[in-house]
Amino acid sequence: MPCVSPDGKPTSTGMTTLKSLKADALTAEEVANKTGHPLFRVRSGLRELKNAGFVEETAGKYSLTQSGEEIIR
Amino acid sequence: MTEENSQGTFPVLGQKAPDFEAPTTQGTLRLSDYKGTWLILFSHPADFTPVCTTEFIAFSQIYADLRKRNVELLGLSVDSVTSHIAWIRNVEEKMGVKIPFPIIADLNKDVSKKFGMIHPGQSKTETVRCVFIIDPESTIRTILYYPLTTGRNMAEILRIVDALQTTDKYKVATPANWKPGEPVVVPPPGTTEQAEERLKEGYECKDWYLCTKKLPPS
Repeated sequence: MPCVSPDGKPTSTGMTTLKSLKADALTAEEVANKTGHPLFRVRSGLRELKNAGFVEETAGKYSLTQSGEEIIR
Repeated sequence: MTEENSQGTFPVLGQKAPDFEAPTTQGTLRLSDYKGTWLILFSHPADFTPVCTTEFIAFSQIYADLRKRNVELLGLSVDSVTSHIAWIRNVEEKMGVKIPFPIIADLNKDVSKKFGMIHPGQSKTETVRCVFIIDPESTIRTILYYPLTTGRNMAEILRIVDALQTTDKYKVATPANWKPGEPVVVPPPGTTEQAEERLKEGYECKDWYLCTKKLPPS
């Protein structure tokens, strides 16, 4: 499912993905294991969340940006 | 190698599947999102049509079996996302079947043309019933084309997945009408010496070029 709504806010799937990154930076595979979502959806969702500015990627690991941290508070 | 004509490209077995980015009922997806999993990419002529509806119900019914085999499903037609959503909601409401996999909305035919899914002898605008079985390295391993009037056989699609995965795991081939649990074909020998040795290796051989063996229970 899409992770970001047309209004720019994370969907429920997006929120689950963001919350999985609360403690640690994770790879897409690790997010899939943690959330139980299929890997293809996680990859697609992380791309949307990155484009929306909620996560950033460094060397294949995804972590929350300040916007990402604020939205899951 | 790819065959190309005015309808686009016609991929062939063994080549890397062409990558794409496309809108689907589950967000924008790329072929590369499926790296590491098997993928069945299949096209149907149009939403809200009878044979396609029976196929989508049938694909949904084997989805759990496919996922146990690390296989995902991805549908495609040249309808819009809105049409796809309306159709799958209708299927759920009227037939009680939830469509769990994404469907590409290929309105501009970008993906259809890359995969040779439009066959003018069948329809100049709709995709025929294609099935592409793509392995975790994005290599096309099986291509099936069905005409507009013939719905696909899910048991055969599952059988092909089992055969391909068995071939990869055990480096064997599978005979006609093979099903999991049945003997598999040992690759034919490449030299006369191997042909001689073949007959002493405990396989069940009709002759030196046709030997089968049983696989360990999985």
